[in-house]
Amino acid sequence: MSRRISPVIPGFGLTLGYTLVYLSLLVLIPLGALFLKTTQLSWEQFIAVIGAPRVLAALRLSFGTALLAAVLNGVIGTLLAWVLVRYRFPGRKLIEAMIDLPFALPTAVAGIALAALYAPAGPVGRIATELGFKIAYTPLGITLALTFVTLPFVVRTLQPVLADIPREVEEAASCLGAKPWQVFRHVLLPALLPAWLTGFALAFARGVGEYGSVIFIAGNMPMKTEILPLLIMVKLDQYDYAGATAIGVLMLVVSFLLLLLINLLQRRISTP
Amino acid sequence: MSSLTLTAASSAQAIRRSRTWGRRLLIAGAWLVFALFLLLPLLVVLAEALKQGFGTFFSALLEPDALAALKLTLIAVGISVPLNMLFGVAAAWCVSKYEFRGKSLLVTLIDLPFSVSPVIAGLIYVLMFGAQGWFGPWLREHDIQIVFAVPGIVLATLFVTVPFVARELIPLMQEQGTQEEEAARLLGANGWQMFWHVTLPNIRWGLIYGVVLCTARAMGEFGAVSVVSGHIRGVTNTLPLHVEILYNEYNHVAAFSVASLLLLLALFILLLKQWSERHVNANRGE
Amino acid sequence: MSIRRFALATLASAFIAAPALAATEILNVSYDPTRELYQAFNAAFNKHWQAEGHEPVTVQQSHGGSGKQARAVIDGLRADVVTLALAGDIDELHKLGNLIPEDWQSRLPDASTPYTSTIVFLVRKGNPKGIEDWDDLVKPGVEVITPNPKTSGGARWNFLAAWAFAQQKYGSEEQAKAFVEKLYKNVPVLDTGARGSTITFVNNQIGDVLLAWENEAFLALKEQGGEHFEIVAPSLSILAEPPVAVVDKNVEKKGTRAVAEAYLNYLYSEEGQRIAAQNFYRPRNEKVAAEFASQFPPLKLVTIDGAFGGWKQAQPKFFNDGGVFDQIYQAQ
Repeated sequence: MSRRISPVIPGFGLTLGYTLVYLSLLVLIPLGALFLKTTQLSWEQFIAVIGAPRVLAALRLSFGTALLAAVLNGVIGTLLAWVLVRYRFPGRKLIEAMIDLPFALPTAVAGIALAALYAPAGPVGRIATELGFKIAYTPLGITLALTFVTLPFVVRTLQPVLADIPREVEEAASCLGAKPWQVFRHVLLPALLPAWLTGFALAFARGVGEYGSVIFIAGNMPMKTEILPLLIMVKLDQYDYAGATAIGVLMLVVSFLLLLLINLLQRRISTP
Repeated sequence: MSSLTLTAASSAQAIRRSRTWGRRLLIAGAWLVFALFLLLPLLVVLAEALKQGFGTFFSALLEPDALAALKLTLIAVGISVPLNMLFGVAAAWCVSKYEFRGKSLLVTLIDLPFSVSPVIAGLIYVLMFGAQGWFGPWLREHDIQIVFAVPGIVLATLFVTVPFVARELIPLMQEQGTQEEEAARLLGANGWQMFWHVTLPNIRWGLIYGVVLCTARAMGEFGAVSVVSGHIRGVTNTLPLHVEILYNEYNHVAAFSVASLLLLLALFILLLKQWSERHVNANRGE
Repeated sequence: MSIRRFALATLASAFIAAPALAATEILNVSYDPTRELYQAFNAAFNKHWQAEGHEPVTVQQSHGGSGKQARAVIDGLRADVVTLALAGDIDELHKLGNLIPEDWQSRLPDASTPYTSTIVFLVRKGNPKGIEDWDDLVKPGVEVITPNPKTSGGARWNFLAAWAFAQQKYGSEEQAKAFVEKLYKNVPVLDTGARGSTITFVNNQIGDVLLAWENEAFLALKEQGGEHFEIVAPSLSILAEPPVAVVDKNVEKKGTRAVAEAYLNYLYSEEGQRIAAQNFYRPRNEKVAAEFASQFPPLKLVTIDGAFGGWKQAQPKFFNDGGVFDQIYQAQ
């Protein structure tokens, strides 16, 4: 059933066994409880919960803003990773150290801080209001909050890979007459793509489920700025466990499929 | 490292210089992103915390409920980080050193806690161990409290931080391949010796980084812990929950003071990581 | 490696410093705006309890949205007493958790509601938008701040107060619904809890008027000083009745029934009533009410039982999935 890359390295059974047991106890069985709770609903009831206009609107909002935030991170994350790995400049160490701040900052604190920042009375919000648009309590605010929370993913997955690509390879390509774009397209992109996709997928998946940092800035208006995790909370507060878990299961399945897809894609790319 | 690479590098320097404008633009862009997305929120937190000077700042931190919250946070971190570190090494080992069917599935499962909404992460343990849950009646009979008590908080923290170490190590170990380990084995090292003397030094970088992330996240988790906490003041409140409570009590300055304590802890850990990184790099250079 | 030593040290310090347990402890699970009330009341009760010759008692507090708190108790949070925003949430302790008998509300005086409150408007100083009554809230350009009735008990009282006003003024249910729909069109942010809304209005300075518990509005005035806000009492509001109950299953298990019952009874004592009034809750005790009469503006109030047939009818009709509140938002 298993095929080792190298027959001389020991520990396959031990590590795989440990991994599976640990994952099962902590993640899989509890998630199973979630699925089991949903089976209290008949198929028709499940569809009715999921198909309710409010749920669909939240679904669109959560996945839409998370996707947008992940794309945004794909761009600025690549920029940051590139600059941090390739250049030496004043403040580099500071930026390098602070990239992980969004992971370290409790999401609730992030939410409070971002709300203070982007609210119409806040420093950034005021400028936006003068320019004629609103950030807080709109999907734009949610996207920005999600971009903040998931910022480290792309940077941190790209950095080690970027550092491992010998600069000489690019330089050799340049010496041989390749234009910067060609260097990027033919040398860097293939090497970076798996890591980039991983970072993108993680940012996206995390964004879909994010709660603490978003509720303060979302406005929570049904049909407009109400995110899926909030809807779960709303259902729970009405003692509607089955309805809450139904939404939870839906989110889980979609996220799982996305992650699986990306992992498969990544393996195809990395093993030509 | 030989003279060959050196000459290659110096001949390429001309090209590099011709690209300074692009480089400056990119650096400026990075600074802008950094200032807007990272520095600004940080400054907001610190500014709010110090609004009334250091006196109120410190008194907010030394208040008994804040200390109790700190203690609980440290317990959660102290249990979940070592466990997830062990798991991360084991998982990365079997994923990166071997080929087997279902590997993609396994990697996806390891990532899964990232993508599970914190709200659900808390909810699943309530469904298992709550009074209405699978084990609820049995636990009640034996007077064991899991959710709305410390064990539940530890479980929720464990769950949300499962992938961090594994996520860091898998790409690193895949990149490094298995040649060095194979060489060690051929030279007569047993499995543990190989691990301690070859693998571990190679992955130290990533391991430390993963542990740092894991610690930071464990300290800061809010959503999942909030669902299983019960919010009993001084008993089941972690630092992030304490921040929320203070914020809700019109105690803005205290809320942001505790928040900045978390922030400083996190920055301290990040510094630790920077330091060890340099340490590791210096060792490598020898 | 220093990381390992660091981890060990953390772990060790965490275990050594486990919290010490007091002799008697009871847990009061309450809703959002009662934090200040119970902080004062717990200290007074402890004094009273010791004066009666008992061991000191530690009252632990937990606060949050009313529905969320009820759910936590149902799911196993071991509350000795619950003091929540509305009777509907405590009913669920019986229905879903079987933790208390069905007739819990008749066990204490005044339908187990030792203090009441109502819904008033908090506006910015000088009342720049000229808000005097519910009618002013549906005018174009007025921003109203209220929490989400799905998650907040206080918000449900807000909703019903607006409904009661419209029904009385315009007569029919359809018109009441149209009125409330117009009102919620003026709401830019729906926070999940009453405190969240207060902070949105007071600290983030969003909106022209906050629909708030009377006690919450007074507290905001007290915290922020009177120079930024003022309270406007509408022509008609609702009598908000936040009830209390001993959680039988839990106190029997923990052996704390005597102290839990004494705790709730003390809320009805003159001293308890006075503390409630000092924290801007309307006391039931007539003597104390007279003492604080100048504090609370006289208001025309409808009751949940009189106008809506109690929570058992109001909850499903207005707030459950597909109820009036959902219809309002899906129509938009």
